[in-house]
Amino acid sequence: MNVPAKDSSTGGANTSTSNLEFEEPGETYLDSNELIINMGPQHPATHGVLRVILKLDGERVLGSECVIGYLHRGVEKIAENRTYTMFNPYVDRMDYVAAVSNGLGYCEAVEKLLNVEAPPRANYIRVILTELNRIASHQLWLGTHALDIGAMTPLFYTFRDREEILKIFEKYCGARLTTHAFRIGGCQYETYAGFEKEVKNFLTFVAPKIDEYEALLTSNRIWMERTKNVGVISGPDCIALGVTGPVLRASGVQWDVRKAQPYAAYSEFDFDIPVGTKGDTYDRYLVRMAEMRQSLRIIEQAVNSIPEGPIMARVPKVIKPPVGEIYHSIESPKGELGYFIVSDGSTQPYRLRVRPPSFVNLQALDLMVRGLLVADVVAVIGTIDIVLGEVDR
Amino acid sequence: MIPNFITSYLGSTLTPGEAGSQFWALVYVFIIFAGVSVAVMSMNWLERKALAHFQIRLGPMRVGPHGLLQPIADAIKLLLKEDIIPAEADQFVFWVAPLIGLLAAFTVYTVIPFGPSQAVSDMNIGVLFMLGVSSLGVLGIVVAGWASNSHYPLIGALRSSAQIVSYEVAMGLAVVSAILMTSLNDTGTGTLSMIGIVRAQEQQGVWFIFKFFPLGLIAFIVFAIAMIAETNRAPFDIAEAESELTAGYHTEYSGLRWSLFMLAEYAAMIAVSSIAVTLWLGGWLRPFPNLLHAPAWDFIFSLFPAMTFLGLAAIAFIGVAGTPAHSFLKVQKIGLAGFGSVLGCIALLLFVLAFSGRSANVNLGSRLNESIGYIYWFLLKVAVFMYLFIWYRATWPRYRFDQLMRVGWKVLLPISLAVLVGTAIAGVLFS
Amino acid sequence: MNPAMNSALNSTNSAMAPVATPSFFYALAALALISGFLVITRRNVVHSALALIVTLLSVAGLYLMLYAPFVAGVQIIVYAGGIMVLFLFVIMLVNIERSYNDRRFSSLWPVGLGAACALLALFVFAFAKGRALFPDRLMPLSEAANTQQIATMLYGDAGKAGQYTFVFEIASLLLLVAILGAVVMTKKKI
Repeated sequence: MNVPAKDSSTGGANTSTSNLEFEEPGETYLDSNELIINMGPQHPATHGVLRVILKLDGERVLGSECVIGYLHRGVEKIAENRTYTMFNPYVDRMDYVAAVSNGLGYCEAVEKLLNVEAPPRANYIRVILTELNRIASHQLWLGTHALDIGAMTPLFYTFRDREEILKIFEKYCGARLTTHAFRIGGCQYETYAGFEKEVKNFLTFVAPKIDEYEALLTSNRIWMERTKNVGVISGPDCIALGVTGPVLRASGVQWDVRKAQPYAAYSEFDFDIPVGTKGDTYDRYLVRMAEMRQSLRIIEQAVNSIPEGPIMARVPKVIKPPVGEIYHSIESPKGELGYFIVSDGSTQPYRLRVRPPSFVNLQALDLMVRGLLVADVVAVIGTIDIVLGEVDR
Repeated sequence: MIPNFITSYLGSTLTPGEAGSQFWALVYVFIIFAGVSVAVMSMNWLERKALAHFQIRLGPMRVGPHGLLQPIADAIKLLLKEDIIPAEADQFVFWVAPLIGLLAAFTVYTVIPFGPSQAVSDMNIGVLFMLGVSSLGVLGIVVAGWASNSHYPLIGALRSSAQIVSYEVAMGLAVVSAILMTSLNDTGTGTLSMIGIVRAQEQQGVWFIFKFFPLGLIAFIVFAIAMIAETNRAPFDIAEAESELTAGYHTEYSGLRWSLFMLAEYAAMIAVSSIAVTLWLGGWLRPFPNLLHAPAWDFIFSLFPAMTFLGLAAIAFIGVAGTPAHSFLKVQKIGLAGFGSVLGCIALLLFVLAFSGRSANVNLGSRLNESIGYIYWFLLKVAVFMYLFIWYRATWPRYRFDQLMRVGWKVLLPISLAVLVGTAIAGVLFS
Repeated sequence: MNPAMNSALNSTNSAMAPVATPSFFYALAALALISGFLVITRRNVVHSALALIVTLLSVAGLYLMLYAPFVAGVQIIVYAGGIMVLFLFVIMLVNIERSYNDRRFSSLWPVGLGAACALLALFVFAFAKGRALFPDRLMPLSEAANTQQIATMLYGDAGKAGQYTFVFEIASLLLLVAILGAVVMTKKKI
């Protein structure tokens, strides 16, 4: 299996950094057993329909190749045949775990194309819901990641606590998972009566729960042995591959789109960007736990000072952006989620390309699993935090 | 009316092995077999319920009140399942593999003492026999993986057996430390017999877990960790985990054969817990037998079995009171109340026995009361271990295989060697 | 049943009345012979290994009948539980399906049979000539002291009670050297 052949299937970067070289096993006394095994699309630990082909030398992984496309639904092609408003519900279905972020990115991209700005009240509501979704996404990540490594209890705790967020979503827009929360130009729904109170209740409810998750795992000797020095990727390698999100931050690079290119109302809030040092699985775990706490900070600041005003900007009923193209990216829980829209002046986009963070981050899998044991591959897939709906679209 | 050979034995102070009585040996074997089977079924229920409560769920609630009949339903389902044998598998070996594991797990019970004379046979190589027979269980696993004729079960079986063999070494050394402590009584000779070990603890007036503190404690902890690895339980259950690449050795087994594997696993868990209790926790001895020796204390402690059953009956009746009043739940309420009343009757019986055994002269009632007391304290300690097994499974992630082997060879083995040498030195210095 | 029960209840522990009668010996010996025969005649190697396990376990039973419980226990632990597991590991890790269709007995089997008959004749001759050396009945050894006696011989004062202390230490040194050699040979880098 040669490295250059992977270009077509994963669209990965074939750069010239030495880390991506393929190592041959050295001379051995006994006949080493090289075999190629398949972690099929149906596997309890691949978080969706992902197929990973591993080349093993005994227990050690020599290389891997991801085969994707099992969940490809042609979302980008569909976009060319829908109006901008009609396409809004489709974006939720890509990263179905963090649907609110998807909606935010799309609506903001089209708003930029139209050159309108959402009113401040809408921006605050958007920030609150997006940060709530970030916490929900990280909680789901934590439960499934811990389950892959063998700790079966955090899954139930995180799902139970995530219910509170989903209840808020349901009360706001009627849906728990694929929320379709925002509209082009702002929000359609006003916050329901008691929204601020429930969000504040949630903040006091979930802060000790995050401490509970940390108490179960962070200083657990078995957890540390399973995650430390597993799946290490360096900062320069991340940048070379285009990896973003918690994976990039855990490798030491301080890059968060919320701070680097602020959107919505993020520039008005005071929060930190947690950064790791070594870039292993344990660091990524710590970074995501810290991000949950920072999200709580943002929500607290936002919910205490939601400005009054309209929630929808003046947007025409039929959205016909001028001819042009735009690329707008936001920080979704998985990484940098970008939308590239080319408009030809009609009501339907000429081309809509989504830059999904999971798709780009998945390229790093091959680099991360080289030299690890088979049992660690599952842990590394979990730590990248992929959602196949986003990878395949 | 009752033949003499039955009543003459009810109050005996010898085990059937010592008395040379084959009839009573068979009776004890049958009692143990039935008891272990019931214990395995209730362990299955307890594990599902306790795991569920750890994970903020309820567990089985529908089949019988609070899922009490769930193990029976599972057993019936497994019996009725289609018996699938892989086409290329070796038929004879496929059939015999679960039996080997079952045999090894159940044969250990012949030496486990539930009381000073409540054992099938008190072999004077009891500990050696126990170690040897439990090492035969490995063969069942290896052969099961081979007989499946499939790549992944074979790897899983070889890994599992490598794990068991590695932890047997540390386990054996910890056991030897405990045996060293038995030689510190007045006669000066140690013993390998299980009843002799408990008697040595009784004579020396201290449970071996507290002897030469912290040496006994460390030896006990080493054995406790090794016994979890021996039975392939979490956190050492990489060989039978669902989310790993290589599935377990019992992948190809379905229905009754799979249930035999589970039976063997739970029976082995109870067996190694019983061994830990016998060697370090004083077996059948009640707490403070030498310190609190007055007849009043004896009477209070002899009330414990009855109080336990009374407490269980109370829990059952609280459950009855907590069941919502709905016509669908009427049968469940009646069932739970019936279960509670059965427990209450047992409690009543035990109270009667405790009060009748209070008198100073030794009669059948007092002998029975004593035996029940011994068995109760033994089973209580084993039950604590069973709960710990479940607790570990709920809490901890699992070790990767190479980390598991590293712990077995590089951590537990040196510690148990050091404890052994320390115990020998302490024994020479302090006696 | 009654008198035997009472006498057994009243007897002491040191000299045990043997529960194992000659029928046990015949059963165990037959089992050992049959499974030994199966070891060499089975086509499937795993079947042979299982039959060997049965042989070893019946020999352990025979040791028990000879009032040597320690040897029986060690036979089970070391032989049946350790060495046979090693055999099975090797059988399963090495691809031996090629040997399934090989001939089980080579073409020289009359020579082997003749040699076995000669050996049997030697045994019968030795037994007939040295009849006086084989005792009529088994000496009732004190079973309880078997482990202690072995321990004294292996670990006792060298030269006095411990006849085999030096030999034991040298043998364990040999085993240590063997373990180190195995580890050195299989590690890829030292």
